Amino acid sequence: MMGLLNRTVDWVDARLPVVNAFKKHMSEYYAPKNFNFMYYFGVFSIVVLVNQLLTGIWLTMFYSPTDAFDSVEYIMRDVQYGWLIRYMHAVGASMFFAVVYMHMFRGLMYGSYKPPRELVWIFGMLIYLALMAEGFLGYVLPWGNMSYWGAQVIVSLVGAVPYDIIPFIDAKEAKDIGEAIATWVRGDYLLSDATVNKFFALHVVLIPIVLLALVVLHILALHEVGSNNPDGVEIKKNKDENGIPVDGIPFHPYYTVKDLAGIIVFLAVFAVIVFFFPDGGGYFIERPNFEPANPLKTPDHIAPVWYYGPYYAMLRATTLDFIFDAKTWGLFAMGGAIAILFVVPWLDRHPVKSIRYKGWISKVAMVIFAIDFLVLGYLGTQPGSPLKTAIAQIGTLYYFAYFLVVLPFAHRFETSKPVPERVTMGGH
Amino acid sequence: MSNDGVNTSRRTLLIGLTSGVGAVGAAALAVPFVKSWQPSARAKNAGAPVSVDISKLEPGQRVVREWRGQPVWVVRRTDTMLEGLKKVEGELRDPESAVDQQPEYARNSHRSIRPEMLVLIGTCTHLGCSPTYNPNPTVEVGLEYGGFYCPCHGSRFDFAGRVYSGVPAPTNMVVPPHSYMSDAVVIIGSEEGETSA
Repeated sequence: MMGLLNRTVDWVDARLPVVNAFKKHMSEYYAPKNFNFMYYFGVFSIVVLVNQLLTGIWLTMFYSPTDAFDSVEYIMRDVQYGWLIRYMHAVGASMFFAVVYMHMFRGLMYGSYKPPRELVWIFGMLIYLALMAEGFLGYVLPWGNMSYWGAQVIVSLVGAVPYDIIPFIDAKEAKDIGEAIATWVRGDYLLSDATVNKFFALHVVLIPIVLLALVVLHILALHEVGSNNPDGVEIKKNKDENGIPVDGIPFHPYYTVKDLAGIIVFLAVFAVIVFFFPDGGGYFIERPNFEPANPLKTPDHIAPVWYYGPYYAMLRATTLDFIFDAKTWGLFAMGGAIAILFVVPWLDRHPVKSIRYKGWISKVAMVIFAIDFLVLGYLGTQPGSPLKTAIAQIGTLYYFAYFLVVLPFAHRFETSKPVPERVTMGGH
Repeated sequence: MSNDGVNTSRRTLLIGLTSGVGAVGAAALAVPFVKSWQPSARAKNAGAPVSVDISKLEPGQRVVREWRGQPVWVVRRTDTMLEGLKKVEGELRDPESAVDQQPEYARNSHRSIRPEMLVLIGTCTHLGCSPTYNPNPTVEVGLEYGGFYCPCHGSRFDFAGRVYSGVPAPTNMVVPPHSYMSDAVVIIGSEEGETSA
């Protein structure tokens, strides 16, 4: 029996380098031995990705974009276990962002974007962009009232881009261009069936293909340069006589088994949410989305799903008419907040990688940044008020200051701790 | 492989020509893919004008009709509302309707053909939400003389759809093309009837 199996593997391997690939990416991929809790979230995001693909494919079997709201109700009420598959998908979307935000913050903490890992970070950021597009398109599909008005706001943003900053285009033409592009995106003069059908195709075919390709690139780029670790020490600098990093352990079986234990806990948490809080208290699926889309009635309070909250808070926080109008500045703030993440590898000029060995300014600034991001996220989901707008304005300024002032210049004003030669284990 | 005897300039020319023709082909192929996203013939037909019977509309009353999927408001304004329009002018961003948000025949102090009749696209010029109608003074949202209040981001408009200063909405609300077929019927999306008072 084993003979047959071995012969089959040999036969395939002679035609496709499967054994080699397994070694390169699993059994002989040496990862630092000092990974901590924060290193679970990458693998969690793969687990959620698989969940989204599987439940998503099943949902397409019952969902119909021309009969969107009713077909979702059909899934929830009539399809056997349809409610479970749909809630796994909807909760999965929020969990995707939760683990990705942790994963990104891990990168910020330990300087995982610094040379030679800039491309790993950039592919990661492209994944994050694709994920935001995917999340938005998916939120429109049930065609509830929040789907409708959320889409209305986002499509308007496309039309609100100040095209008159292009030479020879006046304000009137800019408005026409914006409206023409919005019409092109909608496929109609208003959000309609044409829009839902289009978004459905993008959500289930185009973006998932892009997303999967980017995930492959993210991991290939990572495996080319090797993983960073909480100490920010390059394990490849210290190899034994066989060329294996002395502080590295084979990803398989050591981290596959460790990750499996983490995945079990993660799935338990996931299941509790799916079964007991499937709408996330109105944060994962907002209340107005249980009503069908109604173009004549705006929900009293339009808020994005929580994971767009920080950027939405920034969009609303800009109330200044200066050179451009406030709406344009809002777009700049929102777009800039995401764009700035792409250039983090070049903004961070600190000689030390890991937050463990950076000075107190970096540490305090990072904690405030984390709080700032959470506060902005909360404000983005809440109705506006003068006080909240003021807080959001401060939060927005700090967000940009963190990237444009703290990351590039903090090292000039602080003393860093010496970075060890080898990775450290426990006991800090 | 040796490059001996290769006519490199001819090779460069051929590569250039082939790539050029290929690029033109790719651009031409993109046309149907891009164009298919435009509104279909069916969608274009659905944008037909809508007529509204205003004979039973009382002063202060508003009716909402759907035109091209957007809410269109028809309000018969009371004298108090019309007087309010003058009182709030100092607080407005564009009291003279300088920005092109209305047909020429509605570029006046009441932004309409007939002073008492207001016809507006009922969406906020910030991000397209539909503002609420406050026929009476509603001080808690900052409408001392009444008007329209957007629940999304707090933009305020007076009874002519003119935006207040210091709110997110950049411009006055849009007056759609419309005209009067008779005293009792206004037609939205068509200028075939009367467009003067």
